[in-house]
Amino acid sequence: MSRGHIVIEDVVKVYDPEGAAVMAVDHCSLEIEPGEICMIVGPSGCGKTTLLNAIAGFHDITSGRIVMDGEVLCSTASPQATSGPDRIVVFQNGALFPWKSNLENVIFGPVMQGKLARRAALDKGRAMMADAGLSGVEHNYPGEVSSGMRRRVEIVRALMNDPKALLLDEPYRALDSLTKSVMHEALLEIYYKNKVTIFFITHDLEEAIFLGHRVAIMTTRPCKPKKVLDVDIPHPRDYSVLTSKRFRELIEETNDAVHEEALKAFQAGEKEG
Amino acid sequence: MTKLLFQRAFWRGALSVAIFLVLWEIGARSKVWMAPEYFAPFKDLLGAMGFKKDYLPWVGAVPAPSAVLKSWIAVLGMHGYWQSWYMSFFRVMGGFIAAMLIGIPFGLMLAVSRVAHGIGFPVFEVLRPIPPLAWVPASIIFWPTQEMAIIFITFLGAFYTIVINVLGGARSIDVRYFQAAQSMGSSSWDIFRRIILPGTLPSIVVGSAVGMGITWEVVVAAEMISGGGSQQAGTGGGLGFFIWNSYVGGSYEQIVVGMISIGIAGFISSELLRWGGRYATPWLRVR
Repeated sequence: MSRGHIVIEDVVKVYDPEGAAVMAVDHCSLEIEPGEICMIVGPSGCGKTTLLNAIAGFHDITSGRIVMDGEVLCSTASPQATSGPDRIVVFQNGALFPWKSNLENVIFGPVMQGKLARRAALDKGRAMMADAGLSGVEHNYPGEVSSGMRRRVEIVRALMNDPKALLLDEPYRALDSLTKSVMHEALLEIYYKNKVTIFFITHDLEEAIFLGHRVAIMTTRPCKPKKVLDVDIPHPRDYSVLTSKRFRELIEETNDAVHEEALKAFQAGEKEG
Repeated sequence: MTKLLFQRAFWRGALSVAIFLVLWEIGARSKVWMAPEYFAPFKDLLGAMGFKKDYLPWVGAVPAPSAVLKSWIAVLGMHGYWQSWYMSFFRVMGGFIAAMLIGIPFGLMLAVSRVAHGIGFPVFEVLRPIPPLAWVPASIIFWPTQEMAIIFITFLGAFYTIVINVLGGARSIDVRYFQAAQSMGSSSWDIFRRIILPGTLPSIVVGSAVGMGITWEVVVAAEMISGGGSQQAGTGGGLGFFIWNSYVGGSYEQIVVGMISIGIAGFISSELLRWGGRYATPWLRVR
């Protein structure tokens, strides 16, 4: 079964707001296997979010092609993909609807698509939330729970759509490092149950190596893979991995490449954001 | 703990009101011991500043709170006083509800439709700087009854604020909400109903609260200018007219009674609105 097989072929994205063309993505090619956790690492502002937006269908591309499970999402001829429930984005600062309770947020997708009746959706939503350790906050508003819980609710909301791929855009950026470590294990736990393709953007190398099957280190603006690392630490993983010898070796192996790009980004005057 | 806090805050507030009343009473009774001769040394300077010889603005010219209270008690039995309350409330609510019913859909329309914005917004922006009170004469000419004219003017007071807030609120909804809703399969109507509408609600509440304040300002002035509708003097032409009538009749205590009554009326309206707003936006209560 090939589900969530994403092929990025020679994608170019040029922003041209006031005649001063800025190349955000430069002939980027990357293949993401079905059910793989593919981590995209690069300095802030390097263009990795542009790539994610192209897959999600929020922005168009200038040329190239993105194919998922044999279906062309976008290409030079039709540059903007249609966003749909098969590719759900979990945003950097979260996009839970603050006016809906956590449970109402979670059932939003299936109800909108008419895939489930409201009652069935509520049952499934409760079960999925319980699975993710979110029992008891169903009827709270997102603003009432911790930011770590909000992220989990959002991932559950995404999974309720039964997506082929989850697109995560630095979802844990705003969390403190302790919460972050808990969230990493929680994400892996959810992943082991659902085995969905995960396209995960981050600038945190440790996070990338801990979570990913593969880590693609991107060059800074324009963005394309500089080095793709196979993380040969077997899944399922837990936090003991962080202190393992192999983990340290992999960090050492890639640290230079990441640092080099970060330096370039810094010198280019790219700001955080 | 919360209760104690509440009590402390309450007593602090009561104390502040009491001190204010005492100072006012003292000031009002100070006609004698704060006589103009105290200012004699500064006469030339004061004269240069444009004050008349022996005259300075002073609280002494204002009736004392005790006198106001006495007058208030007398007025409480008058039908005209309560009729004024009713008239002003009726006008404020009429204008305000009309402003909500027209302003909210209009603001939303400007926000979601580029065409509607292109056609409607320029006219709106040209009319908006005209103060509602400038409409009084035109409004009296246009509307068949004075009552309608006054309600129209109060309507204008709230309308612009509500529209601007709705428009701004709808526009400032985070684009991620739209993207999320869209990727989860929402139709345009779903996005309007489930994202734009609730996302704008907090701004609607704020706009209404500000609009309500303006409405009271406007209704009082409109009542004064238009002579309180077709009512006979003293039979209740609204609280604004009540004040004006008291002034014309030389009953200075009643002026203050009218002013405080408007303060109370405005406070009641704001509280009602705040209560409604909290009810409409429960997710904002949680922080």
